[in-house]
Amino acid sequence: MSKRLDVLKTYKIYINGQFVRSESGHYLTLTNKSGEQLANICRSTRKDFRQAMVAARGAQGGWSGKTAYNRGQILYRMAEILEGRRAQFIHELSLEGASAKKAEAEVDAAIDRLVYFAGWCDKYQQIFSSVNPVQSAHFNFSTPEPTGVVSIIAEEKSSLIGLVSMIAPVIAGGNTCVVLAGQRNAMSACSFTEVIHSSDVPSGVINVLTGLKSELISHMSSHMDINAIFYTDSDTDSKKLIQENASLNIKRVVFEETDDWMDERHENPYIILDFQEIKTTWHPVSV
Amino acid sequence: MARTKTDQPKLNFDGLWDYDPAPESSDAISIKDQYDLFIGGEFVAPSKEGRYFDTINPSTEERIASVAEATTQDVDIAVKSARKAYDKYWSKLTGKDRAKYIFRIARLIQERAREFAIIESMDGGKPIRESRDVDIPLVAAHFFYNAGWADKLQYAFPGRQPKPLGVAGQIIPWNFPLLMLAWKIAPALAGGNTVVLKPAETTPLTALKFAELIQDADLPPGVVNIVTGAGATGSALVNHPDVNKVAFTGSTNVGRIIQKSLAGTDKKYTLELGGKAANIIFEDAAIDQAVEGIVNGIFFNQGHVCCAGSRLLVQEGVADEVYRKLTDRIETLVVGDPLDKNTDIGAINSKAQLDRISTFIEKGIAEGGEVHQSSCSVPDKGYWCKPTLFKNVSQSHSIVQNEIFGPVLAIQTFRTPAEAVEKANNTPYGLSGGVWTDKGSKIFKITSKLRAGVIWANTFNKFDPTSPFGGYKESGVGREGGLHGLLPYIKL
Amino acid sequence: MEVLNKIPDFRDTVPIDTVGVLERVSRLNKRSIKKESKMDALKMALSMCDLTTLEGMDTPGKVRQLCYKAQHPHESIPDIPSVAAVCVYPNLVRTAKESLKGSNINVAAVATYFPSGNGTLESRIEEVKYAVNEGADEIDMVISRGAFLRGEYNFTFDEVAATKEACGDVHLKVILETGELETLENVRKASDISMYAGADFIKTSTGKVSPAATQPVTLVMLEAIRDFYYKTGIKIGMKPAGGIRDSKTAIQYLVLVKETLGIDWLNPDLFRFGASSLANDLLMQIVKQQTGVYQSADYFSKD
Repeated sequence: MSKRLDVLKTYKIYINGQFVRSESGHYLTLTNKSGEQLANICRSTRKDFRQAMVAARGAQGGWSGKTAYNRGQILYRMAEILEGRRAQFIHELSLEGASAKKAEAEVDAAIDRLVYFAGWCDKYQQIFSSVNPVQSAHFNFSTPEPTGVVSIIAEEKSSLIGLVSMIAPVIAGGNTCVVLAGQRNAMSACSFTEVIHSSDVPSGVINVLTGLKSELISHMSSHMDINAIFYTDSDTDSKKLIQENASLNIKRVVFEETDDWMDERHENPYIILDFQEIKTTWHPVSV
Repeated sequence: MARTKTDQPKLNFDGLWDYDPAPESSDAISIKDQYDLFIGGEFVAPSKEGRYFDTINPSTEERIASVAEATTQDVDIAVKSARKAYDKYWSKLTGKDRAKYIFRIARLIQERAREFAIIESMDGGKPIRESRDVDIPLVAAHFFYNAGWADKLQYAFPGRQPKPLGVAGQIIPWNFPLLMLAWKIAPALAGGNTVVLKPAETTPLTALKFAELIQDADLPPGVVNIVTGAGATGSALVNHPDVNKVAFTGSTNVGRIIQKSLAGTDKKYTLELGGKAANIIFEDAAIDQAVEGIVNGIFFNQGHVCCAGSRLLVQEGVADEVYRKLTDRIETLVVGDPLDKNTDIGAINSKAQLDRISTFIEKGIAEGGEVHQSSCSVPDKGYWCKPTLFKNVSQSHSIVQNEIFGPVLAIQTFRTPAEAVEKANNTPYGLSGGVWTDKGSKIFKITSKLRAGVIWANTFNKFDPTSPFGGYKESGVGREGGLHGLLPYIKL
Repeated sequence: MEVLNKIPDFRDTVPIDTVGVLERVSRLNKRSIKKESKMDALKMALSMCDLTTLEGMDTPGKVRQLCYKAQHPHESIPDIPSVAAVCVYPNLVRTAKESLKGSNINVAAVATYFPSGNGTLESRIEEVKYAVNEGADEIDMVISRGAFLRGEYNFTFDEVAATKEACGDVHLKVILETGELETLENVRKASDISMYAGADFIKTSTGKVSPAATQPVTLVMLEAIRDFYYKTGIKIGMKPAGGIRDSKTAIQYLVLVKETLGIDWLNPDLFRFGASSLANDLLMQIVKQQTGVYQSADYFSKD
């Protein structure tokens, strides 16, 4: 009896709620440690980035306009869907080089991290807002509001947990984002877009590209309609380039270096605050 | 067709096109004929001196089921079970795992939302529109919100290491049975406590259905215990020596008794008691929306709301207009079958409550108040009260001073903001208040002067799990909901 | 025309809280209309329809087809009311009038430089007179939104009054184009101005601007009509137009009317729907109610 022939998965990028191929038609080949070919992924271009950026901007008003409670429900839904696909992600992380045990721990941590940030959606405002006792007859209060559209460049070696840890605080706070997945883990990143897609996350809120950081970093940090950039690699040249490009329109630059995304120190509300603006309102008090 | 003039304009609401009944089907729900106590994760019969009592449907006066009456001995078993669960399981769990359990509860409530809503309306008499669209969604939301806090408490109380208190004894009223359960249980569990909860004797069913849900959520046995019964059961719970925290929602009189009985113990307590809120309408308000707010303030849940806007203070310049609009508006309120989707005002919760309301209406008339009721008809069987307005009443009238807890609005007028504030504050209560004006600065000024725990500006009767709720003065101690609602369940 | 005392100062704004309006609408939308009351509502809504064609490509042929549809909504159902009116451009009034001879369906003409209103007052009035002369039973005018938004409320008052004068006994509907007024307070103000200046009906939209009719806007206009009625004793009609495509939405509008103004307004003399595709959906629902079978648009003539 002949062996059943596998149906292989095509890994696509995710823009505006649709699974598409790069407009370039070019691809990169992923291999494992022993050099075996794993999959082909899209080699996204600056045009793909621009499309994704337009989608993210279009989605921003609607996403931040949802109630905080509703955003929390959607993040929690992502956790539920990821839980349901545990086996798939463990398999893909293993292909990408993780041990079975490590892959399992990582998927579980990613699920829990989504639950963690789901909980923050309707709470960080209570931690970071204030009523300010000014010296005049005014009611004065300060509240956080999302910065806007965020470029997220996942580090080359980051994995599922790294990707989730960067996306979750950004969208929990009402921002939308364009993500460049780390190349080594592009398969699980592409599969994570399927979780996003089936979790009631509105189109355009999270857009995920694959490709070469060297080709996209400049565009992702210079685009004048991007409000913030989130970067976690430690290479000084890239960081300098990002900061220089950010100065074109005073983007918020957030660097967060880590050698272990599993560490619980990546669970805190201050990462949400990094992508917030504080708005203070003065209002008179009198009859 | 041309513009013709009538001398005495009048709006007519009935006759040409009346809505047919649109009852919510109760086929898909399951209610047992008899319920035992929920202790240690199991339904157990009350101890031998215990007995069962009936819970009836106030819209039909028919029995729905019997529930056990917990004795002092049963309460003791429940508290012990809660203590054991606290020591053995719950206090050893991480915040993350507690959060997961509470999220699970939230999801199960969402899945069974309609069943809860129907039973709530059958057992308590509230319109299905409210139980379906307000009570149950808020219940789920409260569990969701508090679930998220379970692993984030160190951010709620910076500089401290928040710890649970232990076992919480909780007593809830009949006006929002499952919602009050959620207000009590969700923050208690998030804070790491275990609970023994007593639902009101006229509305125990959704709490018992919740007990079944707790089983399905696979919570460690004893983390949540539900003991049914009346005042004696509640008293046994409050006075049990191994309870660390008492949470009570109900009348000011009972609250006073509880506070007194806790004297000399080091139990923490929160009391959410009565109210007699003033809804203040200034002449620069958006009048049509204010009228909606008045209606919502006093007729929501048949007026069985501790924060109901039961006193209307309206500025003299718009008093006639507001009154005319109110009388028109109450003609469109549908009174009747709580399970009909079109019902706005359901059944009064019990015979005893209906008697109390009727007595106050009679008193109001005897004291010279000008009464006006909707012309609607009410069913023959069941406990009903038409929407009722009282004009020409003053601070000294008994219907202005006392919490009626029914669909009865006392209307007074005022001339200046200072007079409005003075009248609003002239009560031993201080739970809530309403301010209606299009002028923002006036809102902040008036709210700063009102001695009450929740003020609604250009809205009324809004509730949210993120927002603290609770009273000043005789309306209670402590807050429920929001970040401040965690505090009563935390040792800092 | 009657003389109205105490015309308000239109610079004063009647405060409206939009959040409250949305909540009220959402609550009214929860009314569950079933069985007989649903059938009554569907028939009532059909009798209130102004079948409308207002396209650059309108021809006498198209208008004749529409008029036939207006008189014979659906051959196979007995007891079906005819619609209230057919609404066309002035140059097609005569065609419509002839096609509808013998029926009691009115012909309404949009005039005053519909849809923008950007013409000289003289030329707009001329157009009204032309439409009246061609036999229109009703005139649907537009206000000059530019003037209104500049705060020239007297101009708005005067253009409505002048149009009313040109109409004579012909019924005047005033289109506010609420989608361009943006705020509910502007909607209320434009409603008040129109009613005090002589409108028989106030109407939300031309159908050429989005959003067209919405329920919050309609509620505010109904409340303006109610307040005007209490002040003057005069009943003004209401016509939401544009964007109302299905029976469910139409019934929600009827609930708004019933619970704001009462049953006296539930007739074509005081309430109309301006719509082109609504009538067929109402017919489909009527057949569904009668047969219990969900219907397909393939079985209902387009015009």
